[in-house]
Amino acid sequence: MNDKNKIITGLIIFVIFITFPFWYNMGKAAPVPEPKLTEKAKLEKECIEPKEFMKAEHMQILDVWRESVVRNASRTYVSKTGKKFNMSLASGDDSCIGCHSSKADFCDKCHNYASVRPYCWTCHIEPPKEKK
Amino acid sequence: MNSKYMFSLIAVVVLILLAYVGVEAAGLQVIFGIVIPYIAVLIFIVGFISRVMDWAHSPVPFRIPTTCGQQKSLPWIKHSKIDNPFTAGGVIVRMFFEILFFRSLFRNTRCRINEGAKISYIWEKWLWLASLAFHYSFLTVLIRHLRFFLEPVPVCLQLLENVDSFFQVGLPGLFLSGAVLLASVTFLFLRRIYIPQIRYISLAADFFPLFLIISIATTGILMRYFTKVNIVGIKEFAMGLATLHPTVPDGIGSLFYVHLFLVSVLFAYFPFSKLMHMGGIFLSPTRNLPNNNRAERHINPWNPSVKIHTYEEYEDDFREKMIEAGLPVEKES
Repeated sequence: MNDKNKIITGLIIFVIFITFPFWYNMGKAAPVPEPKLTEKAKLEKECIEPKEFMKAEHMQILDVWRESVVRNASRTYVSKTGKKFNMSLASGDDSCIGCHSSKADFCDKCHNYASVRPYCWTCHIEPPKEKK
Repeated sequence: MNSKYMFSLIAVVVLILLAYVGVEAAGLQVIFGIVIPYIAVLIFIVGFISRVMDWAHSPVPFRIPTTCGQQKSLPWIKHSKIDNPFTAGGVIVRMFFEILFFRSLFRNTRCRINEGAKISYIWEKWLWLASLAFHYSFLTVLIRHLRFFLEPVPVCLQLLENVDSFFQVGLPGLFLSGAVLLASVTFLFLRRIYIPQIRYISLAADFFPLFLIISIATTGILMRYFTKVNIVGIKEFAMGLATLHPTVPDGIGSLFYVHLFLVSVLFAYFPFSKLMHMGGIFLSPTRNLPNNNRAERHINPWNPSVKIHTYEEYEDDFREKMIEAGLPVEKES
């Protein structure tokens, strides 16, 4: 019995599958996204916590905030340095989108790159596009 | 205490420490992040191919299917078409159920001798269930990881992620596959520890992949839900690997390198281990051959060519003498 042809066909299919990322990205240099900061955010210099911390933990902070606001009606966030902030994602100037006013230029930049689709905006109203 | 699992456990702990110290103290990001993963993938592909080609060289002269049903026989005897296939189509159906649903594992029973020397066979489905959960969740986790290696991320991957994080538990959303993977691999490990017979037949080579996969899943879960890593930096790094322009971005914790190093070890170890059942299941002669020995003649390909002398030829040689001696012949002249 000689099934070598079938086996080699199977192996070729396997190798194509395994090396998929290599040829899918061929010749494409995907740029690393850089979220755009608004003038207001630049003036503030620092978000509620340092940049590196915010990069890694912002989703956790928002999750805790949601719990705190919805369940406990407590809207004050005390940062590590002792500063007080209003817990809000999308209501007015004193909220996340008060500074980071463009979802497309800020949130989506990294979220799309890392294939993350948070469900913030299924309840909250997205900031209007023209507002800068 | 069992030297077999202790040996594997220590091996995995040493590997974890090696990566951790290598990155944290010695700053060998380039070695652990770029050199070792490339070598591991190379070993995986070359090793896998050569292992399968080695199997392909062994001839299978005779159909040796294990049968779990009635062979094709007389028309009034009911033929079990899937469990005892007669045609290539039947074999394809049997292989399909074997590979995707682990059909032969589903037949798993546990044998026990009861009081009064009565034997009983117990329906034992936990192993089948846990291995099915394990293999499918591992596959899902593996496919999900492609989001780090592909840009733009294909829609089918996004769909998979949506299904996987269906329950929207916490932020970042809990992926069910990760939790199921860790739970099922832990079950498969505990089974080897707690059932005495299984513990007796388990070797270090059985425990090593289990510890390795447990550590990989744990580091992955830690990174996603607990210590948090800079995900954009990791994607940048993974894209560098996939586009063959590797870079080491700053701000990636050593936990990531531990995860990556363990995955590299798993890939490199794969072709030399029992994990090759991934390729082997396609080539198992007891599963992938139709049971048609009675209907078709299968000639051994390595039979030596034997010089034969038939009775007709014998009679041709000695006909006159045989007639003279009064012996009966088949042909008179």
